[in-house]
Amino acid sequence: MTILKFILIPIIIIALFSIIGMFLVYMERKVCAFMQIRIGPNRVGKFGMLQTVADTLKLVLKENFSPKYIDKFLYNLAPLLAIIIPFVLTIPIAYSKSWQIWDINIGVLFITAFSSLSVISILIAGWASNNKYSMIGALRSGAQIISYELSGGLAILTIVMFSQSLKISEIIASQANGWWIIKGHIPVIVSFCIYMITITAECNRAPFDLTEAESELTAGFHTEYSGMKFALFFLAEYLNIFILSALGVILYLGGWQPFHLPNLLEFNNIMDFIPAPIWFFFKVFLIIFIIMWFRWTFPRLRIDQLLKLEWHFLLPLSLLNLIFGFILIMLNFIVK
Amino acid sequence: MYQTKDILLSPDQHQDGYTVINIGPQHPSTHGVLNLVVTLDGEIIKDVQPNLGFIHRSIEKMSESLSYRQFIYVTSRMDYLSSHINNHACCLCVEQGLEIEIPKRGQYIRMIMDELTRVSSHLLWWGAQSMDLGAFTPYFYAFRERDMITDIFEKNCGARLTMNYMVPGGVMWDVQSDFMDDIKKFIKQYQSRVHEYHDLVTYNFIFQKRMQHIGIISKEDAISFGCSGPVARGSNFRCDIRKSYPYELYSSLDFNESLETSGDCFSRYLVRIKEIDESIKIIEALMADFPEGDFQAKTKAVLKLPKGEFYQKVETARGEFGVYIVSDGGATPYRIKYRSPGLSNLSILNKISQGAKIGDLIAILGTLDLVIPDIDR
Repeated sequence: MTILKFILIPIIIIALFSIIGMFLVYMERKVCAFMQIRIGPNRVGKFGMLQTVADTLKLVLKENFSPKYIDKFLYNLAPLLAIIIPFVLTIPIAYSKSWQIWDINIGVLFITAFSSLSVISILIAGWASNNKYSMIGALRSGAQIISYELSGGLAILTIVMFSQSLKISEIIASQANGWWIIKGHIPVIVSFCIYMITITAECNRAPFDLTEAESELTAGFHTEYSGMKFALFFLAEYLNIFILSALGVILYLGGWQPFHLPNLLEFNNIMDFIPAPIWFFFKVFLIIFIIMWFRWTFPRLRIDQLLKLEWHFLLPLSLLNLIFGFILIMLNFIVK
Repeated sequence: MYQTKDILLSPDQHQDGYTVINIGPQHPSTHGVLNLVVTLDGEIIKDVQPNLGFIHRSIEKMSESLSYRQFIYVTSRMDYLSSHINNHACCLCVEQGLEIEIPKRGQYIRMIMDELTRVSSHLLWWGAQSMDLGAFTPYFYAFRERDMITDIFEKNCGARLTMNYMVPGGVMWDVQSDFMDDIKKFIKQYQSRVHEYHDLVTYNFIFQKRMQHIGIISKEDAISFGCSGPVARGSNFRCDIRKSYPYELYSSLDFNESLETSGDCFSRYLVRIKEIDESIKIIEALMADFPEGDFQAKTKAVLKLPKGEFYQKVETARGEFGVYIVSDGGATPYRIKYRSPGLSNLSILNKISQGAKIGDLIAILGTLDLVIPDIDR
């Protein structure tokens, strides 16, 4: 039985994540087209649904080119490392009550710890490429991701304090009588906003896409990557968005739990009728849509503005927010 | 000026330990084949040396072997975003030598086309500038409106980019019967959508922070580096040729010269946005009393300028464009010199971008609104 699990679970994860990655690329292109008064992909398959499949096939079949003066080992390691991290991060994510690989008792800590590893793959990629553009991009990402991890961690800590657990299942269970975003008052709303900003920054998405700023550094850290190695970076970006949005749903939007209104039994029964994974994915894609919305609306920040936003604004705010939340708990203001 | 040994130095060989990177000639935000040899100290720019000549086609030399009717058409290929205005300058210079009186209708058509070109050029710049700063959506908004102008050009001139519509003595042929309706439709659509532009870009907090206090040009610098057009007017330097040296009927028109005082990237942005409104005002005024009659004066089959020197400058979307013709009395010019706004505006880049960040360099480069074929010619 254990061996079967060892074989089956990775296969399921890889299959699920390939589908999610492809769907997110398709979704991004359609959302972007919708915002830019275009149609978007519409040739391959119905509504262009198979466009990403075709693109992936093209990338797989492309020549596996690598430049001459590179550090071969690190150059090839970086995309692998980038794609492994989201796969590891999926372990504690609960898609429904029983659909969870490992309900580790430090689930949230696990995710924050492993998600910070993604910066290493970017640094390796920038260093090994032997390209000045890549190097500048990698150094930028080092400064950016490490800074934004701080306020992201503090935002998560607010919820951990409220639900008094690091375990994913217990955090979700604490929201059975209302999602934290609804019953958590101001501290949770503030921490949700900070969380949204930090996950956008941690995934290197616009307006924080300084590591791959197209108009400045051509393609940043993945300038020298092409074919499937580039595709792995690309896929890793989308999977990171998915994982961090899923964590956001678990922390703030009740995980897989349906939306309930107090004192409306019939409405709640209808909501209960919708399966939990559908609720979960619906909420995750809602958050992802907001992140995509950011990308296609805002211009990019400059590196000093980016760091200023974090150290001068977000970090003090999240610290104050944490203290404010603590006071509310002490005064028994928060409904458990 | 840049020398070959500069780029051959690797970062650790460079005397100060700075990094030297090449931005361009194939880079998304140089908008063409411009090569900037940038010396960096981390993110901070120490030195920028433009390296030109990648698209040099010797247009000036070429013009010497073309007749006075033909040489006008190569100027469309210089600043391709304001080809109407380039052609206009050449025509005016030739007409100055031939002393031709241009019919009223021809002048009106020319001026309307000029102003439409200015609007379309600024719209494209607006989209490209937003894209340089990392916002992609405005580009498509700009192209939605610009496409209407390009359609008007296509309908009346037969081309969308290199129009070749103006000839010595007037314009090549009369405008179509629905010319007025098309323009009115465009103006109506632009004015109903301009608030989207401001919501999306002008009032955007990040955009303002990226543009303000960046690449400041003082009025003295603008004059001494020979800047012109919106780049100089952003520094409060009155240099609009339409006002100071009016040609055609600009002296009889009532319009404002867009000026801003701070001289940074954002003021150059505002100048261009204001200029779009001014141009639309001019077009509306011209359309109100659009005369009937001839669109072209009678000219000889072979034009021969008298012996002498002729100079005519006009205001393109990028600044002062001048045509200098030396004639020896023959059917082709003896020597032609073009004064292009792009080259003079580029010359200030090194001065204003020192000490800025890489992201700022891209913003500054964008607000100079360079068209590379115009610089190299």
